[in-house]
Amino acid sequence: MVEITLPKNSRINEGKTWPKPAGATNLREYKIYRWSPDDDENPRTDTYYVDMDDCGPMVLDALLWIKNNIDPTLTLRRSCREGICGSCAMNIDGTNTLACTKGADEVSGVVKVYPLPHMPVVKDLVPDLTVPYAQLSSIQPWLQTVSPEPAKEWTQSHEDRQKLDGLYECILCFCCQTSCPSYWWNGERYLGPAVLLQAYRWLIDSRDEKTGERLDNLEDPFRLYRCHTIMNCTQACPKGLNPAKAIAEIKKMMVERRV
Amino acid sequence: MSKTTATRARPLSPHLQIYKPIPTMMMSIIHRITGCALYFGVLLLAIWLMAAAGTPEGFARVQNIYGSWLGLVVLFGFTWVLVHHMLGGIRHLVMDTGAGLGKEESTKAAIAMPIVSIVLTILVWVVAIMARGA
Repeated sequence: MVEITLPKNSRINEGKTWPKPAGATNLREYKIYRWSPDDDENPRTDTYYVDMDDCGPMVLDALLWIKNNIDPTLTLRRSCREGICGSCAMNIDGTNTLACTKGADEVSGVVKVYPLPHMPVVKDLVPDLTVPYAQLSSIQPWLQTVSPEPAKEWTQSHEDRQKLDGLYECILCFCCQTSCPSYWWNGERYLGPAVLLQAYRWLIDSRDEKTGERLDNLEDPFRLYRCHTIMNCTQACPKGLNPAKAIAEIKKMMVERRV
Repeated sequence: MSKTTATRARPLSPHLQIYKPIPTMMMSIIHRITGCALYFGVLLLAIWLMAAAGTPEGFARVQNIYGSWLGLVVLFGFTWVLVHHMLGGIRHLVMDTGAGLGKEESTKAAIAMPIVSIVLTILVWVVAIMARGA
């Protein structure tokens, strides 16, 4: 359902402005979404000033600098700090991306940081990703075969392997998933760009023998066809992948198997 | 004691409120809005045709309204809505073939939409006015 406004408990208040670090001359202003389950307050945005002479270049560096130097309660997921784990996915400067690969210098003015959009918030910048994970498991993202198992491994030609390029690199950060307005309005029934890119990754794999069943599972007005090529997914993907294209290819496979 | 997450409903993170309105996203929503607006535009066309099939006086009255300053503005708007929605339809048709879905090319196509639709609309009106004058 399209609900343009936020529920009452989710409306964002103006938060507090934390003091500027003493003696710093090269300051950068950060506005960060905060919400804690441990009080009765609505979400708010707090303002912080980061000393850029004492901080790394990426937005993640700044968030950790704030956590270390100003406010240890600031909560976020992060792990690899090099764009391969997908943990620090969040909305920075109005676009979903990874905090660790987003340079603060790519943003002009105040750096605004929110959790991934239209998700239940566990705390601060940590969204609850239970639903997308369940959707991912629903497409059974593993190799499925009926032929007798080969003596060594399932092989494929170089050409067939190349079909997986642009798909296998997905790190499941859900930047694309939560950038999609269609997913915002129909998130329980529409599988979303990240999950559909994964679905296509197995549909196009020459070794997989359950293509028909996989397509049957997607043949549904909501699961697949809620994609209206709004293209936010492709614009957002921090790995430069193209979920919109993968979805278009699935739609084509649906037509091709009918004619 | 403060409540724990088990008893306190989680808020929904902001979405439309904070997402940057990028060209592809804007053209998608404008395509929908123009699609809805076309219903009313077609209504105008239907009224005009019905009047033409009716009495000469009735037709003259409708012609008068449509030919008024305000009527012409509305008709110009209807032309733009029609052209924009048609271009959007062609764009979606191309995208359905799997073409034009790249990050840069889709943005360029989206940015071209309002420019091309306004140019085409003006062109339609220039041709119409010239044809009328001739």
